[in-house]
Amino acid sequence: MKTRTLDPALIEPERYELQAEIEADLDVDRRGFFGAMGGGLVVLSLLSEAGAQEPARAKGGRRGGGGAAPREIGAWIHIGEDGNVTAFTGKMEEGQNIRTSLSQGVAEELRVPVARVKLVMADTALSPFDMGTFGSRTTPAMLPQMRSAAAAARLALIDLAAEKWKVERASLVATDGHIKRNDTGETIGYGELTHGQKLLKTIGPEASTTPADKWEVLGHPTPKVNGRAYVTGGHQYASDIKREGMRYGKVIHPPGPGAKLLSADEAAANAIPGVTIVRDGDFLALVAPGSHLVRQAVEALKPKWSPSNGSSDQTLFNDLHPEESKAVGETQSTKEGWKSLVARYTVAYIAHAPMEPRAAVAEWQDGKLTVWTGTSRPFGVKGELTQALGIPDANVRVIVPDTGGGYGGKHTGEAAVEAAKLARAVKAPVKVIWTREDEFAHAYLRPAGVIEASAAVHPNGTISRWSFDNYNSGGSGIDSPYRVESPRQAFHQTKSPLRQGSYRALASTANHFARESFMDELAHVAGLDPLEFRLKNIREPRLRAVLTAAADKFGWGKRPSRDGITGSGLACGTEKGGFVGTAAEVEIDAKTGRVHVRRLVVAFECGAITNPDGVKNQAEGGVIMGLGGALFEAIKFKDGAVANARFSKYRVPRFSDVPPIEIVLLDRKDLPSAGAGEAPIIGVAPAIGNAIFNATGRRLRAIPMVPEGLKV
Amino acid sequence: MANVKQLRVNGQVRTVDIDESKPLLEALRENLDLTGTKYGCGEGQCGACTVHVDGVAKRSCLITVGEVADSAITTIEGLATHDHLHPLQQAFLDVEAMQCAYCTSGMIMSGASLLKRLPNPSDAEIDKAMEGNICRCGTHNRIRAAIRLAATSMKEVAR
Ligand code: FES
Ligand code: FES
Repeated sequence: MKTRTLDPALIEPERYELQAEIEADLDVDRRGFFGAMGGGLVVLSLLSEAGAQEPARAKGGRRGGGGAAPREIGAWIHIGEDGNVTAFTGKMEEGQNIRTSLSQGVAEELRVPVARVKLVMADTALSPFDMGTFGSRTTPAMLPQMRSAAAAARLALIDLAAEKWKVERASLVATDGHIKRNDTGETIGYGELTHGQKLLKTIGPEASTTPADKWEVLGHPTPKVNGRAYVTGGHQYASDIKREGMRYGKVIHPPGPGAKLLSADEAAANAIPGVTIVRDGDFLALVAPGSHLVRQAVEALKPKWSPSNGSSDQTLFNDLHPEESKAVGETQSTKEGWKSLVARYTVAYIAHAPMEPRAAVAEWQDGKLTVWTGTSRPFGVKGELTQALGIPDANVRVIVPDTGGGYGGKHTGEAAVEAAKLARAVKAPVKVIWTREDEFAHAYLRPAGVIEASAAVHPNGTISRWSFDNYNSGGSGIDSPYRVESPRQAFHQTKSPLRQGSYRALASTANHFARESFMDELAHVAGLDPLEFRLKNIREPRLRAVLTAAADKFGWGKRPSRDGITGSGLACGTEKGGFVGTAAEVEIDAKTGRVHVRRLVVAFECGAITNPDGVKNQAEGGVIMGLGGALFEAIKFKDGAVANARFSKYRVPRFSDVPPIEIVLLDRKDLPSAGAGEAPIIGVAPAIGNAIFNATGRRLRAIPMVPEGLKV
Repeated sequence: MANVKQLRVNGQVRTVDIDESKPLLEALRENLDLTGTKYGCGEGQCGACTVHVDGVAKRSCLITVGEVADSAITTIEGLATHDHLHPLQQAFLDVEAMQCAYCTSGMIMSGASLLKRLPNPSDAEIDKAMEGNICRCGTHNRIRAAIRLAATSMKEVAR
């Protein structure tokens, strides 16, 4: 049995990006690459040069594909004897549109229409091992692997045609799924070339691909590959899977930490026809032929729990880091004109609240388990199942159908484990869909945090004595992009009263909220324009470019002056290789105190753009998600238990909250592509906070900023 | 508890045997295999479960089967006629008004009902009609654009 510890260099160095030891061997190793797919050409894209074979292998290749396949595979591509192209990846789709962008990459390099590419994603029996879909790694890491494999396949096809026609390779081109002779114009289809073959080719990570300025598919707007299935209701999410004889299950979760089951009226629940109770100590679950009966059984059961223990949101920030008697918010001046400032910012717990809650369907057959579930870590969840069920790794298969957005909240396999346990207990396939309440109360949350910042600023805009401490929310984005001599920044782990984990852009949202608000405060005490002040201190030209682009598009120079009602604010930052500049305009309703965000301009640069509309869509989505956390989202809790586990008690952005959002994309064809799902969220809260300050002179140092509106 | 024996769904009469107190959402998904209609909250707050009951958008999680035994129900699967997408479905594709698309069925059903009532809705009317539908991926502006586009294309067809 081979296990692999995750290479920390490959993943986001963030403690909340859950890591696990995962079995790394590939089911397809054993079956042989041609077993599942039939003959043709297979190209394996290896993660390291060490495993790559000589390019000469391409010719003739290794017949049969029966030998031990290399373990360090990033992706693989099969070109069937019918010319069909199937690409395999361990990444999963959850709305970030990588099914489309990866298909574009394969189509680009193989010179086939996007529609000819089929992508098999996140199936542990077919896909190469993958740590998980997080940290915006798909575009910078998986896309190049896919493209390399596809480019190598194209070259192999050209070799085959050269051999067949006995001509120079240079006289051949690949076009529209065929190899064409330049001299005669004769063509031959990929399927014809691979017919009767079993060619296996491996390539290293540095195989050459088409440069961005020559792209014909990548870099161009490409509609979502399976869009039609979505608008007609045909796509099956994990929660939609149905198996023969399937039943519905629900585990009754304790309301909070330490709560013990005191009593449950099992007889009353049992009296409902079709209901099975599964009980093992405090593990209490119900299974029935329909969700309706499950719910009736839950009501009949009337479980009673001992009180949970834990703290409440009332003391949260003091618990994370007690406020010391520093002169927060006060300015102190020196003779030379330096002014120093201390500020304390707080960040509430928020929930991902994905529209599709955790869901899984589990089925056992001859001691083997198959689970369909929505998770960003299919192999991680496979590991969880192996452990929880005590069965060998080889007996577990996890299939992740394209999933409802998780935003960093679906790294874990709670529903998968529950469904598997219940399916084993009742000897039938079981579906578990977490209720909205379960999802709010028992999934993990975006960490809460306290951030303390202090610095001195000179009227000429120079910053000194920068110090920045983050308690609990995380280290992502903690480094200042501004020119400061010997800055000091630190992330301090503390004990979190609630279960917490990854969230889109991790702690970068918190750290940017604090830093970009603080920069605005410094600009104010120095008597400088916030734009000029930032530009004077930014070192990185890419950051300067997005900030300037956002300010220009927004019309920063022409913004109205403070009138107590409308205001404008700026922020900028970088995360996961993307650079973002954000400008916000707010209007405050003096009567109701409601803060209306009237306009948002976001300039975004993430290297060479792979799918412009897809990047825009991601950026808009991140910005809107950011609005909720900036203005009103917050988890309330008492005795360690979540107290507002419903959409009627937890406010997320709705249509009337969403302003026009102008996205300005800066395309850097000379730079590698980075992911687009995370960075755009980071500037939203500080830009809005700074705009509120600009309008009213009120500095809001807690997100959410106006859960009850702005008291004026 | 009586059982409902027939339901009119997507232009077909379906023979069923469902407890009348079962929410329509679960009957559609579990008994009729129409899983395009989604669960998001079960309390009328998110709109993922929106269907048309006699042509009007309703939250299927809040309606029981007994209440619609005599009604015509349309789900996302029945919105296209033959192979012809509803103009709003087409508009969702044209402006890519989705990411994970879990909210999409509900959005389209709410939007289609709005367009039936108000063929040329103002921005404020769109917001009002769609306020009860949540999208966590943040595709709101695209959904607005899709509704406006569909309004235009429906007008052209009508002309
Ligand atoms: S599931 Fe019906 S409104 Fe949310
Ligand atoms: S597109 Fe994902 S919830 Fe709307």
